[in-house]
Amino acid sequence: MLDGRGKTRRRAGARLWLSAGWLVLALGAALLAPWIAPHDPLAQDLFAGRMPPIWVQGADPLYWLGTDSLGRDVLSRILHGGRVAFAVALVAGVATAALGALLGLLAGFYRGWVDVLISRFIDIWMAFPPVLFSILLIAVMGPGLTSIIIAIVVIDWTRFARVVRAEAMGQGAMDYVASAQVAGRGRFSTMIVEILPNVLPTIVVLLTLEMGIAVIVEAILSFVNLSISTDSPTWGSMIAEGRTSIHQAWWVLVFPLIALFLTVLSFSQLGEGLKDRFDPVLR
Amino acid sequence: MSFLRVENLCVDLKGSGDRLLRGVSLNVGAGEVMGLVGESGAGKSMIGKAILGILPRSAGVVDGVIELDGENLLALPPKVRRQRIGAKAALIPQDPLTALNPSRRIAPQITDRLVDILGWDRARANDRAREILAEVHIADPDRVLRSYPHELSGGMRQRILIASAFAAEPKLIVADEPTTALDVTVQKQILRLIRDMQARHGTALLFVTHDLGVVAKICQKMTVLYGGLVVEQTDVHGFFRAPAHPYSRALLAATPRHDDPAASLNPVPDDIIQAVRAEVAAADRNWRNG
Repeated sequence: MLDGRGKTRRRAGARLWLSAGWLVLALGAALLAPWIAPHDPLAQDLFAGRMPPIWVQGADPLYWLGTDSLGRDVLSRILHGGRVAFAVALVAGVATAALGALLGLLAGFYRGWVDVLISRFIDIWMAFPPVLFSILLIAVMGPGLTSIIIAIVVIDWTRFARVVRAEAMGQGAMDYVASAQVAGRGRFSTMIVEILPNVLPTIVVLLTLEMGIAVIVEAILSFVNLSISTDSPTWGSMIAEGRTSIHQAWWVLVFPLIALFLTVLSFSQLGEGLKDRFDPVLR
Repeated sequence: MSFLRVENLCVDLKGSGDRLLRGVSLNVGAGEVMGLVGESGAGKSMIGKAILGILPRSAGVVDGVIELDGENLLALPPKVRRQRIGAKAALIPQDPLTALNPSRRIAPQITDRLVDILGWDRARANDRAREILAEVHIADPDRVLRSYPHELSGGMRQRILIASAFAAEPKLIVADEPTTALDVTVQKQILRLIRDMQARHGTALLFVTHDLGVVAKICQKMTVLYGGLVVEQTDVHGFFRAPAHPYSRALLAATPRHDDPAASLNPVPDDIIQAVRAEVAAADRNWRNG
């Protein structure tokens, strides 16, 4: 029994550190992209088109991960594409969490008609198919980074609202809430000071998962050319371009795919790892 | 003149309209200890919650007067009522494990009321917190004030809750089964502590319990409830010498006695239950007929 727990704990620890490690590395590389990228991600070199990565025969040692059909450096484009991915993950993730958590807290703690209103709204909102909904939103707002972030917030806040509502309901029934109210604390203040700190771990776990989702959504939208303008590289647009030349130059597709895969995987594993850490039942 | 006067208090379950409290009246004088006894579901906790304005959302006061220090709380706007209660009354809750916020340190949980309601500055409130913790025999108040609840034992947390209740020198404390969640040895200490604190501060105490032994130890007056109806209201000596109501007598006979185990655990006889239920039904009929 004790052994099993120890093993689970160690595995959870490894998961936490590996995923956090990759995310720190990728975020650092994205932030430093303008300085560490070996080439201009937009510079074309038509004489060096579709160069393979350096460990394959016939490669140009200047282009570590090869070049695409226009002779642009794949590594530099991945690094710059990471900037877009992380910007969307952080901004959209935090904004989604803030909106969803606030509405969830209000519904779960105030109950009554506030809860009825918010919960029914969530039900209706979740009935829209998310991908179509986002494409519709972007079509209305016009493509671009801001539109993507707004689309993610508008679609995904329900994820937070539902879970936080349930947690807030549970916390609201605790004696410490009654004690705080006998001590003269108002309702809104009770919600912020007493309830919020106790649902914060849940919000953080959901936030990491949401960041992974945001990265995917951005990739999907840039895959269908609804993200930012084509002259700044994104992982999604690289995948879309690489798809057309997969038989001649697999690396143009595979490397951005790996970057996307590892990043999304790390976000979700970080969320799982944090959940194990915070979960009082497992702890 | 009593400090707390409850008159004809009626509480209903919202929606179904089931009656939880049936015209309860009681008076607690300054510095007096009143025991509220009854079996589970008799409505004894409900009275304390109604007085402190923390009824569950599903219940609501439909009639009656709750007068605290000469002021009818039910006639006040919610914000003013909350401040009156915060300044003059306090709660010692049942379960020390959930009555302290797990993600906040002890210090602000004691001092919030002093700062928010009484308008003290933090430094003065913190001094007061240290003083009151020392009064409940906590050896290292500074360390405890910096701790989170999970770092402290159940008995320790119950002491903190008692200290916290007395911190603002309220005139009335509602103790909602404060010893039920503790083991027997700790129960005794906590009970003595509450009694000592109550005597020293001259606080009126409304003590909710199902344990007649506890009532005998610390209360002067008591109210016996059945089905939200006051069955008997008397002074404690009178009750233990000669309970007036048949249900009270049966309740007393059902209390385990360590000096006579053979006579212990007599369940309340069915005919007495029937009789007291009939009284409850009669009260409801009177109510409906005006």
